[in-house]
Amino acid sequence: MAERYDVLVVGAGPAGLAATQAAAGYGARVGLVDAQSTQGGQVWRRDVRGAVPPDAAAAFRAVANLPNLDWLAQTQIVAATQNELLVEHDARARSLRYDKLVLACGARELLLPFPGWTLPGVFGAGGAQALVKQGWPIAGKRVVVAGSGPLLLAAAATLKKHGANVLGIYEQAAPAQLAAFASRLWRWPAKAAQAVALRAALAGVTYRAGAVVAAAHGDAQLRAIELRIGKQMRQIDCDHLAVGYGLVPNVELAELLGCALDASGRHPRVAVDADQRTSLANVYAAGEICGIGGRDAARIEGAIAGHAAAGAMQAAQAMQSARRRARRFSALLEMHFALDPRVRELATDDTVVCRCENVAWSALRDFDDARAAKLQTRCGMGACQGRICGTALAELGRYARGGLRPPIFPARLATLADSDFASIENQTAQ
Amino acid sequence: MSAFDLIVVGAGIVGAACADLAAAEGLHVAIVEPGPVGGGATAASMGHLVVMDDDPAELALSRYSQQLWEAYADLPEAEFSRCGTLWIARDEHERAGIAAKIARLAQAGVFAEAIDANALYELEPELAPGLAGGMLVAEEAVVYPPRVAEFLVKRATARNARLYLGRRAQRLVAEGVALDDGTRLSGPVLVATGCAVPELLPMLPMRARKGHLVITERYPAFVRHQLLELGYADSAHGNAPVSVAFNVQPRPTGQVLIGSSREFDDSRDISMSTVRTMLSRAFAFLPRLRYLQALRIWTGFRPTTPDGRPYLGAVPGLRNVWVAAGHEGLGVTTAFGSAGLLIDQLFGRRPAIDPAPYLPLRALA
Repeated sequence: MAERYDVLVVGAGPAGLAATQAAAGYGARVGLVDAQSTQGGQVWRRDVRGAVPPDAAAAFRAVANLPNLDWLAQTQIVAATQNELLVEHDARARSLRYDKLVLACGARELLLPFPGWTLPGVFGAGGAQALVKQGWPIAGKRVVVAGSGPLLLAAAATLKKHGANVLGIYEQAAPAQLAAFASRLWRWPAKAAQAVALRAALAGVTYRAGAVVAAAHGDAQLRAIELRIGKQMRQIDCDHLAVGYGLVPNVELAELLGCALDASGRHPRVAVDADQRTSLANVYAAGEICGIGGRDAARIEGAIAGHAAAGAMQAAQAMQSARRRARRFSALLEMHFALDPRVRELATDDTVVCRCENVAWSALRDFDDARAAKLQTRCGMGACQGRICGTALAELGRYARGGLRPPIFPARLATLADSDFASIENQTAQ
Repeated sequence: MSAFDLIVVGAGIVGAACADLAAAEGLHVAIVEPGPVGGGATAASMGHLVVMDDDPAELALSRYSQQLWEAYADLPEAEFSRCGTLWIARDEHERAGIAAKIARLAQAGVFAEAIDANALYELEPELAPGLAGGMLVAEEAVVYPPRVAEFLVKRATARNARLYLGRRAQRLVAEGVALDDGTRLSGPVLVATGCAVPELLPMLPMRARKGHLVITERYPAFVRHQLLELGYADSAHGNAPVSVAFNVQPRPTGQVLIGSSREFDDSRDISMSTVRTMLSRAFAFLPRLRYLQALRIWTGFRPTTPDGRPYLGAVPGLRNVWVAAGHEGLGVTTAFGSAGLLIDQLFGRRPAIDPAPYLPLRALA
């Protein structure tokens, strides 16, 4: 019952689709796995109201009806070895064997704890955007968008298009940082055009730099937020808050496989060479998991990984300068949206940090080791295995996120019992 | 060179209990632990406090220790949950053995009662049809061991014990130990390093017996008692290369903790074939378990001596070196009893139970 692929691609966002297209072009038998029911990943998630953007439509078309491609939708990864994935689809176990693996697992939002962040009505910025795209009703609601990075504009534009009353967009980066970013944007005309289009779509909506949401108020439901602008505090009554502090690479699968990670920043990224090859000879990685770079970098790296995985090294080589150029943009993003240390100091003693296990900041403050904190408080032992709280604690400068245990995502016990999977190396720290 | 009355090497639940007791007796104690407190077998364990009656020595120690655990029943850190142990008989043959088991336990002061098939399904409606009955030990409990170890270490340090956290005891030296940073501690040494005992005491045979555990999301009251098959002892004491037994626990969080497996294997890797066998065994007793969501799988190592009993006492041939290790799957249950037995010997007092079956001397015979 195990399927075998020449190239298996994990993640059907921009990077995964590009890798699929490239590898399939050589006649390789390709499998494309994603937990969602449709292609596009987070950035190209289908909008029930909006048309598919032209670049997304082209990427979908390029992999549609390929005879040598298996599109494995709604397939969750449970465990992995260097030649096989154990996946769950339709509540059943499946084994997917591969010669080459391309990891294009994308990124998730960075959520930071502040008083009231767990109130109903508070969402991640990207999370709110995803819900609304899928039809969650927002029309007429008063929404504040806050946090950091270009995602705020995109999220606000989607919310507005769906009828939300966007009260304002509050970016934590200082005005001078943003001005410096804008002044360099001309080098990337497509990005500049995108920014102009988003601003046009958001005409009339306040956009304020140097502003941080310090607290959310409400009893059973969000009522208002407290905004800190410079030294001033301001209260804004609202129904929803969409707040995200940028993106963090989804390195968990790579980590479990034993791929070397680059841990020089606050959040690890998968280390790759110029051909997108990880430290494991038959495993490639592309896009956000190699460092947040946006969809252009993801498209290029995905294509390089797809070519390289299919053995077409010249085609991979030909894209090196485009790759370098796209990555320069990610360095720019990282520099100009660097987090103000104040956003790391918002949590108070009773602010919940680990939502799965209900662990407050005061219980975690004394630990300087993720494993000790986990053993003593259960922080990170829940369903997300620290994807949210572990990442936040790393951002807050407490300690690096602890290792993940299989399954990578929760899976039915029957899936574990029915598989013919051999063994899972425990590559992560204990 | 710092001088102590006792240097406890290893802050798992056993070392922590010994250090706590020694400090309470007024000794100036050092505790040396390279990893987090309670981070070895203590962290990997199920935390089931269970009296085992298969071997008289095991029965004496587990009963003695279980009584000492009662002092922690209200300690928040222990997360003490008196769910009781329900032993399951699959067939008449297994059910027939229950009367003798109840009698043995009664002799040790443990009250256990026979459960007929009807009562069994009232206690645990999720159990598969066709089981013969069981035995309930209602007073038994489950705890969360790493926090207890941390509590004991903290209490010891409050009584003047000195904690060397992040330090490894590299080797025994005359009248003490040398740590990996060059520090030397002088005083009697108690080795409580579980599977790592041979690193300091190569004359004491010890093997790591790997186990797998799986924990689910929260399903409150899916099961209500710690469930064990009566055939468990065959798995625990047998010598098959890989053995599994039905061993399922309701965590106070509502999660279901599923065990157990035993195999001699030094790698931390998760053996999916063992997990499969273990889960299939559990599904045979709890058919609807298969629809529950698994959150995590992990492995851990039980420190196992050749005869399955712990080493508790002076190490023959060495001056002022003691050992408390090798508890296999009963380290949490027997931690306080082991500490009592050991510290009594250290002071030259007569222990509450006969120490002879646990003396390290037997390993050198």
